[in-house]
Parts: sequence; C-alpha cells; structure tokens
Amino acid sequence: MAGLIERMSLVIKSKLSKLLDRAEDPGETLDYSYEQQRQLLTNVKRGIADVATSKKRLQLQTDKLEQSLVRLDSQAREAVAGGREDLARQALERKTLAQQQLQDLDGQIAQLDAQQEKLSTSEKQLAAKIEAFRSQKEVIKAQYSAAEAQVRIGEAATGIGEQMADTGLAIERARDKTEQMQARAGAVEELIAAGTLEDFTAGDQSQLDRELDQLSTGRQVDAELERLKAEVGAGAGKKELEQ
Amino acid sequence: MIVRLMGEGQYKIDDGLREQLNELDDRALAALEQDDEPALDERLDEMWQVVRERGERLSDEDLSPSDLIIPPSDLSLEETRTLFSEDGLVPDLPSR
Repeated sequence: MAGLIERMSLVIKSKLSKLLDRAEDPGETLDYSYEQQRQLLTNVKRGIADVATSKKRLQLQTDKLEQSLVRLDSQAREAVAGGREDLARQALERKTLAQQQLQDLDGQIAQLDAQQEKLSTSEKQLAAKIEAFRSQKEVIKAQYSAAEAQVRIGEAATGIGEQMADTGLAIERARDKTEQMQARAGAVEELIAAGTLEDFTAGDQSQLDRELDQLSTGRQVDAELERLKAEVGAGAGKKELEQ
Repeated sequence: MIVRLMGEGQYKIDDGLREQLNELDDRALAALEQDDEPALDERLDEMWQVVRERGERLSDEDLSPSDLIIPPSDLSLEETRTLFSEDGLVPDLPSR
C-alpha cells in the first residue's frame, strides 16, 4: 500500500499524463499550454487583488470599531459622573462587544496577510517557470523532430503542470478564505448598522441619547452656575471653584 | 530525486532519504485514516523539515517534474483527503 504522498503524487501525475496523451501536434500543444499558463498567471494576480480588497474592508471596519470604543468609553465615564450607572453599564456592554469584534478582525486580517504572501510566492514561481517554458518551447519547435519533441514536451509540460496545480491550489484556498472573511465582514457590518456596536449618539436619537444629552446638559449648567455663584458671591475672595 | 513542497518550491534530495520519507509517509496515511489531524500535521511537518534541511533548492526556472509532491500541514483533514481524489483539491489542468 502506497503512502499518502505517493498516492497524491500519482494522482497529479495521472492528471498530467492524460492531458499529454491528448496532444497531437506538439507545436500546437506547446502554444496552447503557454496560453493556459498565462491565463493562470492572470488568475493569481486577480486573486492577490481580491485578497487585498478584502483586507482593506476589514481594516476599515477596524477603524470604525476603534472609534466606537473611544466614544463608548467617554460616554460611560460621562454616565458615571452623572450618577447613571445603568447608562454606563449599557455603554460598557457595547464596548465589550466591540472589543471582541476587534480581536476577531485582527486575527482575520493576519490570515489574509498569510494568504496574500502565499499567492505572491506562487505568482513569482509560476512567472519564472512560464518564462523558462517559453524559451524552451521555441527551442523544441525549431530543433527537434516530432518524435523527439514529444518526449521533451512531456518533460517540460509535466514540470510546469505541477507548478500550475500548486498555484491552482493556492488560488482556491485563498478564494475560500476570502469568501469566509467576506461573510463575516458582512455580519459585523450588520451589527454596526443595527446600532449594536454603535455609540449612543450616532444616528437617530434614541431614548438613551436623550438621557445622556440631558445628563451632560444638566452637568454643564451646574458647572456654569457654580462659576457664576463664585464670581458674583465671593467678590475677590475665592475664584477657584472647579466643577 | 526531486521533491515538491506544495506552496514553497522544489528540492533535489539524496535518493537515500527516500526510505525515511516513505516511513513518515506511511505513518501520515495511517494518521489520515484514523482522522488524527495533529498526528498527520506532525508527520507532514517532519517530511518538510527533512526535505528543507537535507535538500538543495531548485531554481524557480527549473522545469523538472517532481518524484514526490508533499502538501502543506495547514490543510484540514478533508482538504488533504480530497487531494487524492481525481476531481479533488488540485484543480483541473488545462485541457482542450
């Protein structure tokens, strides 16, 4: 019984040899194969761009969540200062949720980074092999008889076919990852849109918004009043009254 | 012989390493059959290590076919399994 790797190598080779068996005119096969390679190279480049786009989307979400954190935090402080523990609690609950999302996002961005890196490596290797194949195919077409060419094409095509399988796998895996991330990004965006992760003051005025507004208006008036009292009442004596 | 580490590149290794790789390979298959992902990942990592340490990296321009193709250890059991199937993870190659 062959091991894991042995079996896998056989599967890939059998795929390649089936392909070569179908070849009739060696020169034509070479040109066709070269076209396919170029196509795959375009696909890798597109894959890299897609990963970059997804990453940007997640980074934007990160920025948004970070702003939310700051706002929720200052709102919680304001609520505490105003003696409204219930409001503070709500702000802190939202803040915790936003923090969790932020951590998830960091992990996802790191995963996309890794995929981008792999695709770039694959692109570089494929490009190098395509270039080598291109010059070799011209030599084969010019210098060899049909029978000899068949053998040499077999070697070159197997070598590059393997790289194509490798690159194809990298593209597929990156695509899966990107799709997963897109789905999760969509879910986070829904949370933000539903106001679950948003701060109290954003969007429509809710009951909470009004309460917090009243709270801060009240505190501002109190402070102002204190200041006036201090100015008017004390004359020269005590001017240093802080809220 | 020539070995491809999928996603990394090709290495030329001494034929004498074949036995060592075969042994790891048999254990990798056993791990896969027992759904033991950590063990499978370890065996694959060991194979990668042997090839990286004892092998000589081929240049990217080299068109030589590989004798062995070793997948990365970060695939799931399911993904590794589908690597063998005819319509598996490795996408179809260009055909006409």
